[in-house]
Amino acid sequence: MPPKELPPPSACWKQEDGRVVLELSGEWRRDGPAPVIEGMPPDQAPDRYATDALGAFDSTLPAFLLAHLRSVEKPGDSAFPLDGLPPDLHGLMELALAVPEESEAGKKKKPASNLRTLGKRALGIWASFLSVAEFIGLSMLSIGRLLTGRARLRGRDFWMILQECGPQALPIVTLISFLIGLILAFVGNVQLASFGASLYVADLVGIAMVREMGVVMTAIILSGRTGAAFAAHLGSMKANEEIDALKTFGFDPFDFLVLPRIIALVLMMPLLTIYANVVGILGGMLVGFAVGIPPVLYWNETLTAIDLTTASLGVFKSVFFGAAIAISGCLQGMHAGNSSAAVGQATTRAVVAAITAVIVLDSAFAAIFTVLDI
Amino acid sequence: MSGPSNNPTPQAKIAVRGLTMAYGDFVVMRDLDFEVMEKDIFIIMGGSGCGKSTLLRHLIGLREPAKGSILYEGKDFTATDPAERGAFINRFGVMYQSGALWSSLTLAENIALPIEENTKLSPKAIRDLVSYKLSLVGLSGYEDYYPADISGGMNKRAGIARAMALDPDILFLDEPGAGLDPLSSRRLDDLILRLRDSLGSTVVIVTHELASIFAIANNSIFLDTATRTQGATGDPKELRDHSDNPAVRTFLRRGEEESPAPATRSPS
Repeated sequence: MPPKELPPPSACWKQEDGRVVLELSGEWRRDGPAPVIEGMPPDQAPDRYATDALGAFDSTLPAFLLAHLRSVEKPGDSAFPLDGLPPDLHGLMELALAVPEESEAGKKKKPASNLRTLGKRALGIWASFLSVAEFIGLSMLSIGRLLTGRARLRGRDFWMILQECGPQALPIVTLISFLIGLILAFVGNVQLASFGASLYVADLVGIAMVREMGVVMTAIILSGRTGAAFAAHLGSMKANEEIDALKTFGFDPFDFLVLPRIIALVLMMPLLTIYANVVGILGGMLVGFAVGIPPVLYWNETLTAIDLTTASLGVFKSVFFGAAIAISGCLQGMHAGNSSAAVGQATTRAVVAAITAVIVLDSAFAAIFTVLDI
Repeated sequence: MSGPSNNPTPQAKIAVRGLTMAYGDFVVMRDLDFEVMEKDIFIIMGGSGCGKSTLLRHLIGLREPAKGSILYEGKDFTATDPAERGAFINRFGVMYQSGALWSSLTLAENIALPIEENTKLSPKAIRDLVSYKLSLVGLSGYEDYYPADISGGMNKRAGIARAMALDPDILFLDEPGAGLDPLSSRRLDDLILRLRDSLGSTVVIVTHELASIFAIANNSIFLDTATRTQGATGDPKELRDHSDNPAVRTFLRRGEEESPAPATRSPS
């Protein structure tokens, strides 16, 4: 029966005795030619269908019919006549029309005016500022509860987190600080050597590492490593309703999830910073050795350059950086949306917020230390 | 039920031959041997954790069999290089247990993605197809919603709409009725029957909703946890009344006392 070439799909609108008839013919296939539409589609549903010449079809045909019916649908229309459709198509159309279009749903997205968008943005920024303030407040309350003995750290969780954000970060911290020490020494030596003052490379590397580079690089590494992990972990817990489950058992998610993370990072940051400082100085020493400064001399020069105050500045800052990283990670995680895409966004925001906070805090400290002449 | 045979009957849509499924050394099920005919609504049933979903994952090629083979229309699927399975896989539609919609895309984009990648339809035609698929599952008008914005049952239905995006030959549904209210669940059964009738799809369903099983299935396999192999195959209504495996009868009667078909005689 079918000719060699598949008959192209076509839909022809006709008038018969004042009634609208839609004549369907050909093979409707999504990999076939596009349907040919003859006649003007009227502003109403067809009263009858003529399908004598209709061949095989896939979903493109019911999709085409439905699109027309939906476009002419008016509120209050009860049912469209489906006379003349073959039984399988009839069944599919009936099924597709069984639930009326959710008109509220369709009109959900209205393009907003620019002013409205601007206003919403501003309110959004204010709201996010409030949520940060609220989060910091809740963290403080949680720490208060811990200190007064009304909350406790769950031992196993706490040690796991401590392990993850401390010892497991050692390899990357070692690599980065060693290289930073090397770079500082190289750059410094190029300049100092022209004054014949190569030995002062030790002072330069030592002071730069313990005051700034050691703590800032460690903070940036931990923002990307631990802050992101906190946000992703808490975010997916939120998406899986695990946090809701904690609440229903009467656990405070702050005491349970946020508190151990903040404390762990605040404890680990200073230790990692001290370690990074030492490794950075060793990196400088290697360059010093290469340009002819004996390690013992280099070491002694470093010790004269760094006094206890200088050495403790970086460590002092690291406590605040650790808290900032933990808070931005946990905040974004706890406020993540309920989907996997939202977890990704939360992680991005956590890392950006943590690095920004670290740099801003560091500038503030620099200003304060300058004023205090430390 | 026929015994193992090496020549699948020509019309068998899916033929599974001596399939053993294992995670490492742990054998989940062994010596599975069954056929799914064209236009069958085939149920994979069995107790929780018996390997129903694992069997489904083998059928769609997400896991490799430890032993045995799976044939689609006589062509060996398992022997095909994973890279060359595209030709088979394009004819499958799969709905995963929780919907597994891509959360960064709207419902419309979820359904449009496979259509855009596999056809040359105009954007308008794709839009029409998408709204038609959503209408079929009763989600007309929800095109611009994200999966996170709608309920779990709606996610599930949207998952079915996405599985049907390319009018698949074989539709695999993992627990389609779970989490739906009885009416929606019935509507879904109706939908599955209609799709089978109008599109000629073969449907493979993992479920243990007895009401659905009896309403739509004409063929099934029962996976027996105790023996780690298939307990029975065939029409579930037949199996309930006449299976020679007591585990199958008990399962299909929800463990209730065996009584002759309740329609004919009910205890007063």
